[in-house]
Amino acid sequence: MFGVIFGGKGNRLRRNEAITAWLMGAPAFLGLFVFLLLPFLLAIGLSFTNHRFISPNPTEFVGLRNYDRLLSVTIVTLEPLVDEETGELLRDENGNLMFPRSRSILRTEQYEGFGEWFTVDAFGKRYVIAAKDPKFMRSLVNNFIFSAIVVPLQSGLALLLALLINQRIPGVNVFRTIYFSPVVTSMVVISVVWVFLYNPDVGLINQFIQAVSFGRLGPFNWLGSAQSAMIAIIIMSIWQGVGFQMVIFLAGLQGIPQVLYEAAQVDGANAIQRFFYVTLPQLRNTIIFVAISTTILAFRLFTQVDVMTNGGPHDATTTVVFHMVEMGFRRQKIGYASAISVVFFLIVLAIALVQHRVMRSRSEV
Amino acid sequence: MKRVLAILLALSFALGTVTVGSFAFGPEPARAQEGPIQIRLWRHTSDLMPELEASRAAIEGFNESQDQWEIVWEELPQESYADSVSAAALSGDLPCVLDFDGPTVPNFAWSGYLMPLDDFVTDELLEDMLPSAVGRYAGHIWALGQFDAALAIFGRRSVLEENGIRIPQGLDDPWTLDEFNEILTTLASLDEFETAIDMFTFYSGEWWTYAFSPILQSFGGDLIDRETYLTAEGFLNGPEAIEWGEWFQWLFQSGLADPQAPDDQAFVQGRAALAYIGNWYYPVLYEAWGDDLVIMPVPDYGNGPAIGGGSWQWGISSTCEYPEGAWAFIEYIMQPEQVAAMSDATGLIPATFSGAELTENYSEGGKLRIFVEMSNAWAIMRPPTPGYPTISAVFENAAREIALGADVQDTLDDAVDAIDQDIADNDGYGFAEE
Repeated sequence: MFGVIFGGKGNRLRRNEAITAWLMGAPAFLGLFVFLLLPFLLAIGLSFTNHRFISPNPTEFVGLRNYDRLLSVTIVTLEPLVDEETGELLRDENGNLMFPRSRSILRTEQYEGFGEWFTVDAFGKRYVIAAKDPKFMRSLVNNFIFSAIVVPLQSGLALLLALLINQRIPGVNVFRTIYFSPVVTSMVVISVVWVFLYNPDVGLINQFIQAVSFGRLGPFNWLGSAQSAMIAIIIMSIWQGVGFQMVIFLAGLQGIPQVLYEAAQVDGANAIQRFFYVTLPQLRNTIIFVAISTTILAFRLFTQVDVMTNGGPHDATTTVVFHMVEMGFRRQKIGYASAISVVFFLIVLAIALVQHRVMRSRSEV
Repeated sequence: MKRVLAILLALSFALGTVTVGSFAFGPEPARAQEGPIQIRLWRHTSDLMPELEASRAAIEGFNESQDQWEIVWEELPQESYADSVSAAALSGDLPCVLDFDGPTVPNFAWSGYLMPLDDFVTDELLEDMLPSAVGRYAGHIWALGQFDAALAIFGRRSVLEENGIRIPQGLDDPWTLDEFNEILTTLASLDEFETAIDMFTFYSGEWWTYAFSPILQSFGGDLIDRETYLTAEGFLNGPEAIEWGEWFQWLFQSGLADPQAPDDQAFVQGRAALAYIGNWYYPVLYEAWGDDLVIMPVPDYGNGPAIGGGSWQWGISSTCEYPEGAWAFIEYIMQPEQVAAMSDATGLIPATFSGAELTENYSEGGKLRIFVEMSNAWAIMRPPTPGYPTISAVFENAAREIALGADVQDTLDDAVDAIDQDIADNDGYGFAEE
């Protein structure tokens, strides 16, 4: 399209075509500008201010304050507690060294604004990794964990399903519909249903686990424990979203010319060889698209968290978008939320570009 | 470059951004040359249909009762009501009369979008009203509520009597903390129930602060320093607050209550022995248990019992062209008959004593009279400061964390830091030291 628009050198017909193209595109461009580009530019501008949702105080330029609060990280070293009389190191009942409360140091003037992110005990000392916005840091880590698990698992599962339903057997459309139906159902509804499924007392999943293990396993408090809450959300998200990638893979599969398979068969390739040497290479572009779009979708994780866990327990499921909404709308800090959105945008952009480059270079080898 | 552009475009689609403000398209107030002057009104749509219907009836009644003013009303979805009002305020498109959830009133008043009602409200009306239904901030009255809500402990007489549990009769003999703890332990040990009490942790948002900050206050702590409104240090993380936190954590971690209830039906379906909820839920509970249902005052956790106060209230925008007309409407709906009609339709607590006398349930000796008395005696307003949205969000988060087992002192220290930083960022929200 860009070729048509910019390529018409003196060719009147082409120039006319270009004008028509721009005219036809105009409503969409205008919409994109007003509803996507403009708000984003505004967000960049607001991220340097202390803008509040509503306030009589004028919006002031605060420089990089929002970014400082968002990204500052420092390390504080705590010395173990010493018994004042004997001079020996104090130990708790398990024989571990005891340390002063990290808050007692972080809340002094020197570390104003810092809160504990996590601690590491090593070499007889405790290192407190403190951030000015520990919740943002945890959100970012959670986002990476979620994506790192969901993207390969969901894409792989989607490919498998696509292969399954790409058969010419009667009733295959029923399965296509079943696999796809969670995608078109409202995420809020699905989340509410899964809260019930995960419930330790009345939930189907726990009842099932208990039934098949003859009561030896469970019940598990899926959403109530920091260890399992993210896993629970991952499982549910994969189930919900897999149909979307499946349909894209299906389209990719159906675009592979039949002659390639016939040629491979003539050459004596078995089914597994046909999959690895015909199907996968032919799906290259589809896989790149699915991987990038799934990554972006995974980073947007919000609704499930909002409905099912509210970011808890102990920030185990908080995400960047959840944190942004919390800061911007519930706490009315539009300036700060804008800074989060800008940083988040840059991170996701970087990931998408790296992903693109890696996949393309690999395929060229 | 094309690829980069395409990715950028795809990204911007996918990510979306925090949009700021929004455009409000609404009908301009029609100015009829003759006849009554039109006054625009907004209210939130309620989950409770009767409330909406009663409100519509009141508006129509007002329009028919005189021919100087005509109220033209719109109903906006409750979920996004605060956002809609904020957006309209930013674009200067607020209607004349509108209702607000109590704790959001100071934020709008501080921002200059409301008109003080001091000159309109008579002493007579004020004396007749529940203090918790009057929206005050910075020494002025900004909004009046037709009704209020109150918290109580609901139980079943048969269950309590069977287990030899004392049923408090009124405001004089609420359960003490030790008594309450013992009762909860007893009830939880029964096979019949999964948990002793449903704390309605299924709800998210304002419920957490509305329901659980009064418990904090009854322990002797508070959300913020009510003298200066400039810090939460020592109030939300002082020894009394820690005591509250330890108790709150014990309640959930020892299985007496579910920190992540999957629904709001545990008491109705007999899975929980008690329910800690407000009077608006009474019709649902009564339908389930009929006359076996008992309403009991909230326990005294040590520093005297406390419940939340402040429901939806009516105010006048500062851009209103006809404040007299707007006030005429508010005055009309605050009449005893109107207040009683609203209460009869919805079951909500009438905001005036004269109105309460005209209702069946809330008049002296009525079945629900205890709610009026509790509201009058024990209601503690959520802090009337523009910083309330942050306080509420931070408190909800802290309470959830504590319920799920986080370190109490650390969590409350972090909450205090977040609240204090927000107050400092906003130059004290108008409470700056002089």
